[in-house]
Formats: sequence, structure tokens, C-alpha cells
Amino acid sequence: MSKKYLNKAIQTIPPSGIRKFFNLASQIEGVVSLGVGEPDFETPWHIREAAIYAIENGKTYYTNNLGLYELRKGICDYYKRRYDLNYNPNENCIITVGASEGIDLVMRSILDEGDEVIILNPSYVAYDPCIRLAKGVPVPIDLKEENRFKLLPEDLEAAITDKTKMLFINFPSNPTGGVMDKEDYEKLIPIIKKYDLVVLSDEIYAELSYGKKFTSIASFDEIKDQVIILNGFSKAYSMTGWRLGYLLAHKDLVKEINIIHQYGIMCASTISQYAGIEAINNGDRDCEIHKESFMQRRNFIVSGLNRMGLTCHLPEGAFYVFPSIKKAGLTSEEFCERLLNEEKVAVVPGNAFGKCGEGYIRISYAYSIEEIKEALSRIEKFLNRL
Amino acid sequence: MDDIKLLNLLKDNPRISTMDLADILNEAEDEIIARKEKLEKDKVICGYHTVINWDKTNSDHCSAIIEVSSKPERNKGYDEVASKIARYPEVSDLYLMSGKSEFMVFINGKTMREIADFVGQKLAPIEGVSQTVTCFILKQYKVEGILLEDDVKDERMIVTP
Repeated sequence: MSKKYLNKAIQTIPPSGIRKFFNLASQIEGVVSLGVGEPDFETPWHIREAAIYAIENGKTYYTNNLGLYELRKGICDYYKRRYDLNYNPNENCIITVGASEGIDLVMRSILDEGDEVIILNPSYVAYDPCIRLAKGVPVPIDLKEENRFKLLPEDLEAAITDKTKMLFINFPSNPTGGVMDKEDYEKLIPIIKKYDLVVLSDEIYAELSYGKKFTSIASFDEIKDQVIILNGFSKAYSMTGWRLGYLLAHKDLVKEINIIHQYGIMCASTISQYAGIEAINNGDRDCEIHKESFMQRRNFIVSGLNRMGLTCHLPEGAFYVFPSIKKAGLTSEEFCERLLNEEKVAVVPGNAFGKCGEGYIRISYAYSIEEIKEALSRIEKFLNRL
Repeated sequence: MDDIKLLNLLKDNPRISTMDLADILNEAEDEIIARKEKLEKDKVICGYHTVINWDKTNSDHCSAIIEVSSKPERNKGYDEVASKIARYPEVSDLYLMSGKSEFMVFINGKTMREIADFVGQKLAPIEGVSQTVTCFILKQYKVEGILLEDDVKDERMIVTP
């Protein structure tokens, strides 16, 4: 079909690097994958059971556009309990179809054509396209390995123009595993205040913070009203397939964001919302167990990689390591394609997450120790041959 | 230095190498070896066992759980009777219980006949044992936290963002 029917925004979006790599990897038999962006744990049984009970009890109707009150209340209680932040379930919370819908909702409700959004490079693959589709302009800041992939205040200030409307951050980060702690954020706050930026903070990996306790940028009172928290159930409770996320924001923003959500989506899946209530109210222990397990695998994989010369920092969050492969003298894509073809190990080329990811690969450690061990021994064989 | 983490890792996989343990716990291998030896010496780690599905072998295997009622002895409680029961190699597990009967005894044998003989000729006549209820195990579904017939498949797509 002719492309002439498509709008200009969608035509600026290049094909997904991840999709391309997925197509390659799925054609090969016997692949050991370290390429997945979701936890390997099944959703804990008590959460699945809550959804089964909801079905049995006929909880199969639409909910309030914002989502079930009990779930919003659970989420606000959770943010209070875990991160000491106050939000009101009636005014500040909206349940979305995964955090992914939240990104789209925020972009479409905040941006006018030509508004600039500062994103961090490398970053999750959906950020840039969601901004473009909302007619905004993504402005990437390159994060550096030597700064442990943190956002520095001088880089932020240098990226701001009179068109900058939003700063979009994600810590702990997919794909780098980098985190920002309270001290790191402190230096950004005056800049955010000065330029009156909206901050969209993707906190989907908050529960997987291995070093210091997770700090949300919303915990700085002077900018709290400017911050929109984006979060969901996928990573904390291993609920990727349930498609359940949420936004926490100032009531005026939630009201407007809800306009797009109510006409575009109506409400998130009712069954998933009932599962979410069980997760958010009774799932703290699951988070602890998952976190401990991920932390052990992180230690294991980083030790293994360092031993074979793929040096990397000990990432302090999420479940990815992002080592440099520059020494190999190959591009990220060449490296990953050869590793896949020659040793049948799937990892993701760093440039799939933005230009700045060139020279790196993303390795996920959401796998059992045995699987990681097998993959590491294959990677080592590959490196020795290069 | 967290023995609980080390113990949990060994519980899940007793065959794990000390080098892997060192990597996982971010410690020196020598340290892990020393801690493991100490835990063994102190009898915190009492053994390393294998979970076997005997139904898949050619060998005859029969297990039973036996509720044993007993009266305590002055100054000794149940310990004397317990040590008499525990001496038999047929007994794999022995617990003092709250509830209807005093002991729960796990027996392994080759056949039902063998277990029945053991109960009638060895266990029930022990001084202090007043009654036994033998429950034969018909099928094992889950042992030591392991689902015996579980065929876990990674349902995730091979590469995702």
C-alpha cells in the first residue's frame, strides 16, 4: 500500500533495531538468549489466584476510567510505604495499560508540535518514537560509561532551549543499569525549577535497586508538582503480560491525561486490575525475593564478564549489564550478529537504544545461573576467537 | 558475611561450585570454602541429598508416613522413645508433633509388606509406643519444593526491549 496515506510523524520512525534482531535470533535453533527485557519469574501464585477469583466472581465489567479505587489506593499507600511520597488516590493516580500507555498519554497530553523533550541516550526504545508520534522533538543527552551512565547537571543545562518542555528520565535504567541517588538528583533540581520543566520519571525498575535505597525525583518538594511518575507491575511483580501500569501526578495533569485515556482506552483490563490489588497490597515480599535473586545473578554475570575481559561496572539497578565491546573492533550489530551465528547467544546491540549505545551490548541477566553460565562460556569462546 | 544467603544457595543447589558461590555472593572463594567447612563442622549443614523420583527407576520403592502415639516419660519427655525409633535405618524422618499423635515417622522400604512388617514387628512393640496409624504414599507430586513432573519452559520471546 502506498505510504502517501500515512502521516509525517510516523514516517520519521525507523524500524526497530530490537525487532530486526529478534527476527534474526528466532530463525536459529538452540539459541541461549540473554536478550530479554522481562523477569524470568512467573507471576507469584497468590497474584494469579486473585485474578482467577475475580473471574469466578464475575468481575468482568468496565471499571472507572482512572481504574479501580482499591488499586489506586493500594498504589498511593505503596508509594507512601516504600518511598514516603504522598499521593491521593482520587486525584493523583491513573491506571494504564502497562507503563507503555503511560508514556504515550503523557506525550500526547503535554506536547505541542515542536516542543522539545530531553531524553537520555541510551534509553528504552519507546521513548523517542512516542515523542515523535506526539509531534514533539526528542533531544538526546549522551550518557557516559565513565559517569556510570548518570545525568550530570551541566549536560542537562546545555541541552535546554526555549522549546524544551520536558525531561524524560529512567533510573534504574534499561539498558544501562545505571541509577541516580538523592545526591545526584539534588544538583538537577534548581535547573528543573529554573526552566520550569515537566519531568517524566520512569520508575519501572525502582524495586530493583541494589545499592542505596531508591529515590524518586518526586521526593524533592520544590518540583513535585512538575513530576509525573510512570510505573507499573511488570518488573516488580513479574507481571509483564498483564499490561498494568500507572501514572502519579498533580491532579490537574491527571484530569487532562484521563481525557485521552478515557476515549482511547476506556480502562485497563479489569481482571489485571484485581491481580494488581493483590500484588500492590501483599507483594512486598515477592519484590524482596526477586530483588535478592537478581542481585546474585548480577554479581555472578559481572564477575564472569570481567574475568573474560568484557569489563563493566557493577550496575546498581534493573537487570541489565551494558559492557563496552569497543576492544573487539566490531560495531555493536556486527558483534551481536556474529555472536548469534557463531555461538548461538542472543544479546542486544547497544545502538538499538540510541546512537550513544554504539560500541556496547545489552546483556540481560533475567535468567537462571545455569543459563547465564552456559551463555558466558559461549561468549568467552567467541571472544577468544576474535 | 551472610550465612543465610550461602545456606539458601546450597539448599537449592548443593552441587554449586565454590567459585560460582563466590561470584554470586561477591566474595573471595577462600572465604566461601572456609565458611562452608565451618557450617559443615558445626552441623548447620547436616548433609547434601538428592531428590529422586523412584517411580522412574526399575527399583521397588515404597514409602509411608506413620503417626505414632506415645506417652512421655518423667524427666525425659519424648526423647527416649524418639531415639529408639530413630535408630532404625528404615526411618528417614522423625518429628515430634503437635496434634492428635506425638510422632510423625517417615519410612522407606521396598514393598508394602516390608513396611507393614517393620511397623508390626519393630515400631509398634517399642516401649512407650501406644498406637500407630500407617499411611502409605501413593504418588509423589512435590518433594523438597520440587515438582517432580514439572517441565518448565521459558515462555518468553527470545529478544524483547
